Amino acid sequence: MKYAFETIAVGIGAFLALLGVAFAKDDLFEAHMWVLFFVLLVSTVLLLRRIKFSSASVETADDKSGYFDEVVRYGIIATTFWGIVGFLVGVVVALQLAYPDLNIEPWLNFGRTRPLHTSAVVFAFGGNALLATSFYVVQRTCRARLFGGDLAWFVFWGYQLFIVMAATGYLLGITQGREYAEPEWYVDLWLTVVWVAYLIVFMGTLFKRKEPHIYVANWFYLAFIVTIAMLHIVNNLAIPVSFLGVKSYSAFAGVQDALTQWWYGHNAVGFFLTAGFLGMMYYFIPKQAGRPVYSYRLSIIHFWALIFLYIWAGPHHLHYTALPDWAQTLGMVFSIMLWMPSWGGMINGLMTLSGAWDKIRTDPIIRMMVIAVAFYGMSTFEGPMMSIKAVNSLSHYTDWTIGHVHSGALGWVGMISFGAIYYLVPKLWGRNRLYSMRLVNWHFWLATLGIVVYAAVLWVAGIQQGLMWREYNDQGFLVYSFAESVDAMHPYYVLRSIGGLMYLVGALIMGWNVLMTILGHERNEAPIPGSEPAMQPAE
Amino acid sequence: MSEKHIDDVSGVETTGHVWDGIRELNNPLPRWWLWTFYLTIIWAIGYMVAYPAIPLINGATKGMLGYSSRANVVAELADAKAAQGELLERVSATPLEEIASDPDLLQFAIAGGSSAFKVNCAQCHGSGAAGSAGYPNLNDDDWLWGGTIDQIYLSIAHGIRSEEDDDTRISDMPAFADILEAEQIDQVGAYVVSLSDTPSDASLVEAGREVYVENCAACHGDDGEGIADFGAPRLSDGIWLKGSTEAEIVAQIRNPKHGVMPAWVGRLGEPTIKQLAVYVHTLGGGQ
Repeated sequence: MKYAFETIAVGIGAFLALLGVAFAKDDLFEAHMWVLFFVLLVSTVLLLRRIKFSSASVETADDKSGYFDEVVRYGIIATTFWGIVGFLVGVVVALQLAYPDLNIEPWLNFGRTRPLHTSAVVFAFGGNALLATSFYVVQRTCRARLFGGDLAWFVFWGYQLFIVMAATGYLLGITQGREYAEPEWYVDLWLTVVWVAYLIVFMGTLFKRKEPHIYVANWFYLAFIVTIAMLHIVNNLAIPVSFLGVKSYSAFAGVQDALTQWWYGHNAVGFFLTAGFLGMMYYFIPKQAGRPVYSYRLSIIHFWALIFLYIWAGPHHLHYTALPDWAQTLGMVFSIMLWMPSWGGMINGLMTLSGAWDKIRTDPIIRMMVIAVAFYGMSTFEGPMMSIKAVNSLSHYTDWTIGHVHSGALGWVGMISFGAIYYLVPKLWGRNRLYSMRLVNWHFWLATLGIVVYAAVLWVAGIQQGLMWREYNDQGFLVYSFAESVDAMHPYYVLRSIGGLMYLVGALIMGWNVLMTILGHERNEAPIPGSEPAMQPAE
Repeated sequence: MSEKHIDDVSGVETTGHVWDGIRELNNPLPRWWLWTFYLTIIWAIGYMVAYPAIPLINGATKGMLGYSSRANVVAELADAKAAQGELLERVSATPLEEIASDPDLLQFAIAGGSSAFKVNCAQCHGSGAAGSAGYPNLNDDDWLWGGTIDQIYLSIAHGIRSEEDDDTRISDMPAFADILEAEQIDQVGAYVVSLSDTPSDASLVEAGREVYVENCAACHGDDGEGIADFGAPRLSDGIWLKGSTEAEIVAQIRNPKHGVMPAWVGRLGEPTIKQLAVYVHTLGGGQ
């Protein structure tokens, strides 16, 4: 009776959602519970069709390697899918800024599509990439099957449900109004359950490892999982107006609320988009390069320094606000001290290639990983610089910040994830090689040029914006209205859409490459020059 | 598995651990990295001594430089005010009509008015003050409430139909759908159009004139020239606030839309309102 319990549980969930519809206190909750009901109903039907009434002891294909890889396969597909969705919404949002007529009221106005974009790329694309790779890496580096059996499936599907509920909530107009933490209280509670399950699977696997030591990648993954749990719970402490309504009120007020939010917001960047992806880097770069990690000592020092310092840096998001000066000072100095610990990861990533530098020329996957680390280094220099109050007074609230985030997100998070996907897909599906290395090369160049266009354009845009806002004439009057600074952004917004579009096209090429590899095709193409050993003459 | 191992390529010893084929070199921390890290820590400590940094039970350390962002803002605002002080006082002290005769004062008032306009007025009237449907164009010489500098001042200071100001300007054209027959409204619409343009049906104009004289002329004037004291728009100049097609004009007679402009004197203060009045007056249509 495999899946019987799961089917019943999901069925009960669907029933409860229907009760939620019936007793909803407001229209939005009713609409959102309809969404939940239909998602769970379809899931119940799909599960019903998979119930097996034979003995549960039949071995699945997974068990041959001893590793639980099916969930990783699903995770890689989900990563690719959500990545394309997230980038597509990103291009739409960028075009809405350039051409406000594209705001389609009410469901697709900028206020709703913007969190849809950020959550789709950070939590759906990035989150699935972290889930899938952490499950893969922890098994390989512990030589142990994932702990908890089907709990890993619960984590995967539970996380997808969180994504669907968050995304549909945004489109309906349900939001807490907290950046990167927009979902309302009931979706937050669900994510908490899923996240605790994730922690149990990961920790359990570490506990039953057959290696004497824990590999550095797993330190980073664990730091990511534990810290995100803490951040998520504290930042979302809120009191619902009704247990059958969408609205809730934060447990904090005023500047305390703002500081809690940016303590969360900055460390979502620090622990979700940095620590988690450093874990990814520490496994996939040495594997793809076939070289040892550059320095064990550096990995220890930069890990602990990064973990300790990052958590204090959040107040730099609130420079020159009602936040007391002492907190602003601490936010700034901890950001500055964070510079070298961040660069420790960059050094370890890049220097791991020593002895294999030629692969940058011959292996597009390595090239992708190297550019990821390079963008990581660039963003982690730019970040501390922007946290300096004098710089911040110019850069804050401008599009420079958006450019900074994207050089980190597109350059670092995106590229290292693409590298990991290209590494994993042939291995997970038992193929000799990717469908096409030349398409990887195309993806690399489109994505890299897209990021460069995007970031460079928004540097110029942001600095111009900041200068316009602070421009006074010799009589002490403001020279520009805010609307004039918005108007001046138009050409930059068009250009940044083009940069984003290039990045999206690259991801679509990856989607095709991944699909064809999974289907078992190999494109008939000339190898990348130098990527195969030159033919030796017979004599 | 933890016996020592030398990496062939670099000649560096590894830590002896192997995870899924991955080894780790035992390279030392790069010197420049370590020293830069130390340097940022030393700088951070220095900065924390100089600036407010450590929270205590009541308040926080003040820092040796005595820096306070709030005190800085107060000082900067005071400086900015002092730099404009003399001219601002002269704006306050000078009657509106006389500002134009002092070139320095006029230039200062226009600059200040222009700046205030961009922040507070451009949202409705447009950054070039050209207005849009429902929002008057301030560049032309068609004024609902009069185009002398004093009349403009009153409109800005107290607003139009602004509920928060007792001195606000109010005009309410009745909804003629309740007063006239539909046929009469079409007739008077045709007549009003005929004052500046060609109506769709010229045969209605004569009957429309009679309807106009009985119902509209008291406010809009015998020849549709408008009366600024009532805020009754001029109808003969081809400039329309709510829309210039005959259908839009008829709709406005049948059931008029009334715009609202906030009263600004409580928000911006007397001197800024004066500067705004001077600025708007110089836009081109001031009388």
